[in-house]
Amino acid sequence: MIVGLIYVCGVSAIIFVFSIFYFVWREGAPFLYDCFDFKSFFTSPEWYPTSVGNKRYGILALLAGTGSVTIVAMLIAVPFSLGTAIFIAEFCGKKTKEGLKIVIELLAAIPSVVWGFIGLMVMNPIIVKLTGAAIGLNALNAGIIVGLMSVPIIVSIAEDSIRAVPDGYIEAAEALGATRWQTVYKVILPAAKNGLLAAILLGVGRAVGETMAVLMATGHSINVPFSAEFPYFHALDSVRTLTATIAAELGEAPRLDAGPGGIFPPEGRHYQVLFVIGIVLFAITFFINITADLIVKGIRNKQ
Amino acid sequence: MKQNTNISIETDNLSLWYGKFQALFDVSSRIKHGMITALIGPSGCGKTTLLRCFNRMNERFSSVGIQGQVRIMGKNIYDADVSLIELRKTVGMVFQRPNPMPLSIYDNVAFGLRIHSPHGKISRAKEAEAVEKALQEVFLFDQVKDHLDKRGTGLPLEQQQKLCIARLLPLKPTILLMDEPCSALDAEATEAVEDLLRRLKEKFTIVIVTHNMAQARRISDECIYMLKGNLIEHNKTAELFVRPRDKRTEEYIEGRYG
Repeated sequence: MIVGLIYVCGVSAIIFVFSIFYFVWREGAPFLYDCFDFKSFFTSPEWYPTSVGNKRYGILALLAGTGSVTIVAMLIAVPFSLGTAIFIAEFCGKKTKEGLKIVIELLAAIPSVVWGFIGLMVMNPIIVKLTGAAIGLNALNAGIIVGLMSVPIIVSIAEDSIRAVPDGYIEAAEALGATRWQTVYKVILPAAKNGLLAAILLGVGRAVGETMAVLMATGHSINVPFSAEFPYFHALDSVRTLTATIAAELGEAPRLDAGPGGIFPPEGRHYQVLFVIGIVLFAITFFINITADLIVKGIRNKQ
Repeated sequence: MKQNTNISIETDNLSLWYGKFQALFDVSSRIKHGMITALIGPSGCGKTTLLRCFNRMNERFSSVGIQGQVRIMGKNIYDADVSLIELRKTVGMVFQRPNPMPLSIYDNVAFGLRIHSPHGKISRAKEAEAVEKALQEVFLFDQVKDHLDKRGTGLPLEQQQKLCIARLLPLKPTILLMDEPCSALDAEATEAVEDLLRRLKEKFTIVIVTHNMAQARRISDECIYMLKGNLIEHNKTAELFVRPRDKRTEEYIEGRYG
């Protein structure tokens, strides 16, 4: 009986994932069948799903928004987190370590709306003051916030992989007279690099999927913050992300059923296309997580 | 006591504690240069601990307390002005399980040179020469010369252990510490490593910890028998195994415990 119950719990995760994917797919499918144009969907920055005369569904700007926030987030989170992980795993005393780990776990426990609030009320004026930008709600702001939000996950996985480096390697280096730091960057980091990469990828997954904080801190305006000429990337542009678009627009997009002949009314397309974005997000995070997983498995098999 | 220039490692009333547990009791010994000295004794007798005092590897564990002196080439290595880095350059160590670092064979051997050259700068030619020489000295070069860029961790265990010895040599150590270097190897590999040690002993002071009494008898010139953290007997191997002075040594070599 109990075994059966545990079995159900065990497989429930699989059932949930598949049913969520099925639901998202079902809602988005009519759009994919009827008016999905691969090229314009991914390459047009024009997102006018509610235009009366000329509805356009290009998610390029949203992809660019998600991309820009992720890039800034990783620029901040990766050095910070790896540094923290190295410090925790190799350099600090036991007490500092315990304390730091608790604080970092706390960081993970802060609700994302609180992060968004910090972006909106704290970072916003600071960015305006420091950079002279017209508005402080932009890719930089959201990137910083999301970066800090991904720190805990990167730190915990990176630290695990650093600690998993066999002690024999470390003893070998130390017995040859390597200093602590030489041991870290010549032996430990190369030995742990797959785990570190997996940690970073999971951080990326976190950054791509983050919604609420991003919605509040990006400025939520459609914009491609990249350009062909220098400086190529405009972190002070307001952007809008895939996730925030879904969160902001789903409430006002009506779900309409197919009329006679199976034809959906055009007003119902908005709702459907938001689910197509959901499928895209699903695909991105799925791909990232699978990659991270394979990398981690790869290390285990080698040892 | 007469200062003998032939003495390589000298311990004076060396005691060591792991926290509250005392692992060594007033160990005084004189280990000679140019020969193999084996540390034998039952598990937990402190032989590995003693060995790890000679390059201060015990300091990796927190809460280690040490009293007494360990003099290497006449200098107490626990003095405040001793550089740990220099010490470990002079005193190399080989571990129980072969532990090549997860680098290429070449990089494993060059590792020591690189970390000890200022700013990690050393000419390629010099480095390559030193690596080749070190691998020659352990009779490994011919087997690996065509794949020096392969990972050291992928070699058979015997070659791994030889690699671990080879990587010490470019630093020109005077003392090699070996912590049961053959315990992970099969009989043939053990023989190969023992052969190697015999050839190396002219140039180095070799101190080897071993569980295997037959091995101690085969390769060592002198033996130190330890029990419960005490040095019981230090004698020429031939003497110790044939005419042990102490009753406890006798019992041990006859296999009554251990």
